Amino acid sequence: MANHQHAAPAPIGGGLVNVVTLTCGVLIALMIAVLAVRFLFGLGAVTALNDGYPWGIWVVVDVMIGSAFACGGFSVAMLVYIFNRREYHPLVRPALLASLFGYTLAGAGVIFDLGRWWNVWNMFWPSSINPNSVMFEVAVCITLYILVMWIEFSPVFLEGPGRREARLKISKVMFFIIALGTVLPMMHQSSLGTLLVVMGVQIHPLWQTPLQPALYLLSAITMGYAVVLFETCVASSAYRRKIEIQILTPMAKVMLGFLVVYVVVRLGDVIVRGALSTAFMPSIEALAFWLEMACFVTPLILIGAEANRRNPAKLFLAGVLLMLGGALLRLNGFLIGYETGDGFSYFPTLAEVLVTAGMFAVEVLGYIIITRRFPVLPRADVQVAH
Amino acid sequence: MNTRRDFLKGVLASSAAATTAVVTPPVCARETRRRPAEALGLLYDATLCIGCKACVAACKEANGNPPEFSTANQLWDTPLDTSGYTFNVIKMYRNGTMEMKDTEVNGYAFMKTSCMHCADPSCVSACPVSAMTKDPVTGVVGYNPDKCIGCRYCVAACPFGIPKYQYDSPTGRIGKCELCRHRYKDGRYSACAEVCPTGATLFGKTSELLEEAKRRIALQSGQRATFPRGKLGGADQSYETVAGKYLPHVYGENEYGGTQVLKLSGVNFQKLGMPDLPPDAAAALSETIQHTLYANLVMPFAVLGAMTYVAKRNVKSDDASSDQEES
Repeated sequence: MANHQHAAPAPIGGGLVNVVTLTCGVLIALMIAVLAVRFLFGLGAVTALNDGYPWGIWVVVDVMIGSAFACGGFSVAMLVYIFNRREYHPLVRPALLASLFGYTLAGAGVIFDLGRWWNVWNMFWPSSINPNSVMFEVAVCITLYILVMWIEFSPVFLEGPGRREARLKISKVMFFIIALGTVLPMMHQSSLGTLLVVMGVQIHPLWQTPLQPALYLLSAITMGYAVVLFETCVASSAYRRKIEIQILTPMAKVMLGFLVVYVVVRLGDVIVRGALSTAFMPSIEALAFWLEMACFVTPLILIGAEANRRNPAKLFLAGVLLMLGGALLRLNGFLIGYETGDGFSYFPTLAEVLVTAGMFAVEVLGYIIITRRFPVLPRADVQVAH
Repeated sequence: MNTRRDFLKGVLASSAAATTAVVTPPVCARETRRRPAEALGLLYDATLCIGCKACVAACKEANGNPPEFSTANQLWDTPLDTSGYTFNVIKMYRNGTMEMKDTEVNGYAFMKTSCMHCADPSCVSACPVSAMTKDPVTGVVGYNPDKCIGCRYCVAACPFGIPKYQYDSPTGRIGKCELCRHRYKDGRYSACAEVCPTGATLFGKTSELLEEAKRRIALQSGQRATFPRGKLGGADQSYETVAGKYLPHVYGENEYGGTQVLKLSGVNFQKLGMPDLPPDAAAALSETIQHTLYANLVMPFAVLGAMTYVAKRNVKSDDASSDQEES
């Protein structure tokens, strides 16, 4: 019943037109322009994709990394509802909102990248599906999760006396929706790693392991908490609210728990498979590996001590480092450590970057509109804002 | 408060479960698949190839593919690699003075690049919508553009770099060799083998092609021998010539569980651009992991059940408190 301590969420209010929202608008317009060209003239017209690198940043950044960044909702919901840690309740709605956008856009981003998008229904057509395909599992799971998250978040739109009935109806099945909302991300976040396994020898030994599902799941959960640290700090500073440090400090400890397990599994796997020697060869891959490891290990030093976890700047930095580490794990596996043979190279075009930036802008704009108009962030802090 | 200890226990237990699920030898480990008994394929003998590229032109024609240019005047079809519009090319290895054919140092050699029609293809395992399929009888790996969503996971998965996508088109397809399966009903076979003047590309049942390959390896270099052309076991178009010098390795016999296209060469296969592959297919490992985690959806449902139970207990108290807040 720790819930009593927390004020109910409330809209922030305020205007929707400012420098940030206008910038977002411009970025979104640019994205739409690029996408128009892409859909009229094909992927080659705007991307640097080629048969040596058939997946670029639209897949690796927008979907792989984007969905891992969107694990905040899953990580926090698990903490609150599965491990029954009520003190974290105020974090649920904002985290879920960011996840909702992250995943919905990852789902939309897939469509931009699909070369034959009009056939996408085959993914759900019984006579077409291929249960052996990791991609099939990922696609179905992410689609379901997007639906589940919208239901999970729907009470936000159903506040007020007029919609009490609908709200009660949903609240009756909410426990199941929440349970689904923890299982589905576990399934597809792990499978996103398994996607690499079938690529076999084309993936550098530092990132090719049958333990992929465990690594991707553990890093996604860790990133989930890291993103919450990041978002809470950014939202507090942008809306001039006080940082909920009394919640973030213990949550950071939970995050470090997952992080320790991840680092042990990651290093243990590399050592047991005998791949560690490749990390000492003078190569881009080795450099990328150590950079990735540094991002995961530095937070352990940075906020390992309880006192440091009370320092918002250090929490923020640790969060950013872990997001970066998780992003590098995915970027390294799917692009840096991917080698299909001589003669192929890939570096994203400006147009590709504009689409990725545009997607990010949709997320930021959506977050601003919804937090200003709907009850997402805790009310107590709103008064500080006024 | 026990919750913290419980929580940490939970963290450890769930990560341990996730790890053991993957590490422990899975119950439903899937072995690497072997070729079907009646598998069809090609035998490419680099020592017989003269680099005339008649097979490249015939492949284009048989598949209705447009020419691709790599020279300034754009007079001839000159693809440098396979692509969404080129399913077969002959590549050349060059070293030093290039004096001797099929010699690694100061020599040159040819190599055919086209689909290997794996016994256990990565592209088929990867494809989420069964657009890439392996025929249960002929073992031909075929492509169906009407199902394909264009995700290009097959392009990423293939260790030979074979499925290719047409990036220049808003309705781009995957392009790859389908062993001219569309020509069998007319009594024809792979166009590349049909036109090959030296029998360097030979069509037939893979089991018979493998025997033929081993017969050639057993020949003495310089010895006169008979070499079939066109289709092994078809109309006799054989001729007599001098046997080349072979490496004692039929490429494709065991790579990734075996392929239906087999290759012979006098020069190291990796020098000719063929990857060094283990005897087990990556698809087998990938599917073993998937089917261990998702066998009959037992594990997901078990976790869902546990989560539902815990969530039900915890969310109820949430409702109660929020109702109090409202009243």
